[in-house]
Amino acid sequence: MNSASILKFFISFYIVLFFAYLFGPLIVMSITAFNSAGFPRLSPWDCFSTEWFGVLVNDARMMAGFKNSLIIGISVVLVSVPIGLAGALLLAQLSNRVRQVYYTLTISTILVPGVVLGISTLIFWDRMGMMFDVDYESFFYDGIFLTIIGQSTFISAYTMLVFMSRLQRFDPVLEEAAMDLGATNVQTFRKILLPFLKPAIGSAAVLAFLASFENYNTTVFTIVSESTLTTVLASKVRYGINPSISALAVIIITLTLCGAFVHEILKRREQAKELALKKEEKTVSVKSASRGLLSNPVPMMVLLIFVAGLTTAWMARGYDVQQCKIEVSEEKRKHQAELSKIRRVEMEKKLEAQKTDTASPSTVTTKKAAPGTNQYGNIFAPTNLEGQVESEETNPVTKKNTENQYQNIFAPTNLEGQIKSENE
Amino acid sequence: MSADVTLENIWIRFDDFTAVKNADITIKGGEFFSFLGPSGCGKTTLLRAISGFQELSEGKVYIGGKDMAGIGPNKRPTALIFQNLALFPLMTVWENITFSLEVKGVGKAKRLKRADELLELVALPGQADKMVNELSGGQRQRVAVARALAAEPEVLLLDEPLSALDLKLRQHLRTELREIQKRAGITFIYITHDQGEALTMSDRIAVMREGTIEQVGNGNMIYDHPETAFVASFVGENNAFHGTVSKISAGKTIVKTDAGELEATLTEGSRLSTGDKAIVFARPESMSFVNRKNSVKNVFKAKVVYQEFEGHFWHLILSGPNDKKLKMSVINSGSSHDYDEGTELQVNVNSKLAVALPSGPLAAE
Repeated sequence: MNSASILKFFISFYIVLFFAYLFGPLIVMSITAFNSAGFPRLSPWDCFSTEWFGVLVNDARMMAGFKNSLIIGISVVLVSVPIGLAGALLLAQLSNRVRQVYYTLTISTILVPGVVLGISTLIFWDRMGMMFDVDYESFFYDGIFLTIIGQSTFISAYTMLVFMSRLQRFDPVLEEAAMDLGATNVQTFRKILLPFLKPAIGSAAVLAFLASFENYNTTVFTIVSESTLTTVLASKVRYGINPSISALAVIIITLTLCGAFVHEILKRREQAKELALKKEEKTVSVKSASRGLLSNPVPMMVLLIFVAGLTTAWMARGYDVQQCKIEVSEEKRKHQAELSKIRRVEMEKKLEAQKTDTASPSTVTTKKAAPGTNQYGNIFAPTNLEGQVESEETNPVTKKNTENQYQNIFAPTNLEGQIKSENE
Repeated sequence: MSADVTLENIWIRFDDFTAVKNADITIKGGEFFSFLGPSGCGKTTLLRAISGFQELSEGKVYIGGKDMAGIGPNKRPTALIFQNLALFPLMTVWENITFSLEVKGVGKAKRLKRADELLELVALPGQADKMVNELSGGQRQRVAVARALAAEPEVLLLDEPLSALDLKLRQHLRTELREIQKRAGITFIYITHDQGEALTMSDRIAVMREGTIEQVGNGNMIYDHPETAFVASFVGENNAFHGTVSKISAGKTIVKTDAGELEATLTEGSRLSTGDKAIVFARPESMSFVNRKNSVKNVFKAKVVYQEFEGHFWHLILSGPNDKKLKMSVINSGSSHDYDEGTELQVNVNSKLAVALPSGPLAAE
């Protein structure tokens, strides 16, 4: 083993580590979506289940937030793409000195923290509402409207940057040529500039939508009484989550992958077309050689979908989620019962040891006292729990005495007793 | 259809310099007119002024007798062929060609037909459905011409459209452009810094320097009878002998130079008088060798520095009086001329062909 191969090993190790760091959380989260356990976790693995997708769809708050996010995202695209385009067009026509100032001004909205944008949007429209003396039902106080406005302030700057870079490659002489051939300003814009900007419009729209969809900092202030997907998720994290969030992550990741895949296909096709053109120019007779399966992603994708479909079908035939869940919970119960049995045995041993050691008078007096007061007074005693376990097993009084049970409602053992009684 | 173009006392000023100074000429309908000058002489600015992209500081442009003030480029009866052609990269050849019809709302079938006609005219049949970037340089050139002609302009403006092409293609397209102009019968205004292009194609040429039109005339006039030192030095090769006027007589003058007293022709209306600083211009082909020493006037000694053979001409670089570098061309008559380096010779300047002009700025080498 020479030094080169050692270096190579370390580099590949580093690369693996790097990608694990990048994608590890995503993979783990995706897997937890299929675990039937009530908390997103990998181990212990309970059952393979797709129920969390159902839970996700049936979560009304989540779905309402999702709908709002979609509405806001699309509206932000509709607002910020034209604004960004207009900004970039203006920038291209300004003289050098003014351009620098204008650029700094427009870009500053990206640099201002989203929180500040959110608060200022909220305050501004609130003051405006007060000035015009409108009621709280009007759009001045509408969370969705405010969020669209608030997000667009900085997303417009993003789209402007996209358009700027595209416009830098535009030859303004083309506009002059169109004008010279009799086109009006509007015709020149529509037939020359707009087709040129088409790809930029597409990427600006995607960028704007994604930026809006994932935004939290600004939205959390401007959304007021409504909610978006991000705010719902944030509140869920605060109050406890279940794997339906992982299911959502799986859906989003899948959509992203599909998008990237389609994009790649289109790009490759374009490249192949260009290559074919060049070849045709040089040598007419040579036809492109046979294509490998890997070089063309479409059959690959079809194959993948097919395999995935087969596996699911096979799994569905010999696998029942409910059955598995019952088995798992049975197992758990058994495990728990065993645990408590072990504990009981230990307890009995302990008690016996105590009895044989000293028959103290204090224990006798407590046993003689009324059970209600005794338990009440003894609630914080360290032995309470242990004693309870024993007393339930041995003393039928607790079950019959309703008064006692009533008073005992907050006792730590209450639940355990309940389970037991239900089982019986 | 063709229209005459009149430029009336046009001045175009920018922040820190004046691009066009008092341009005042009339271009006749159906004429092939060239503006010739080095880069930065204001010829492109003038062209943009005619097409309507450049506002005038002073003066007026008339096309077909109509004042063009306040009329935008899309309303003028002109079509401009840009230096980089400015073909629309996202459109096919036929869409490019018929863009002017499309914006007027002409139907697709009509446009396709017109595109075919125009492609025939510019000798590019069957290329209608190609994309612009699939064409070669020469083909693009023709598409640009076809696109401009489709607009049925009365005046076609061309801004150095051949400058990006290689020599052979350029020469070929020159004659083709000229033929198209004759066939279409419209006024061509051509901008170039290449005197060869201007001389071969144009009916008339205006030579420009630093925003000023120095001389207007046909190619022959400008070559043989330059009116300023700049025109003489810019158009074609010329040897310049600086000196002082010592004698003036009917149409002739004698100028005292480093190469001795040289007799030269005066231009019509020349304002040279005795004692003025003057330059005698002698074309390489207007000089010849003489055998006898001190036999005739206009003779001086020179040594061969370098010789070039160019088929129909021998080009010689000579070192004249005071080590002055001179160029001379001798026709290849078939007999073996051999001007070895270092050979000393007697050079004669033809006084009928040599021109004496008032001293002035020369074209940069």
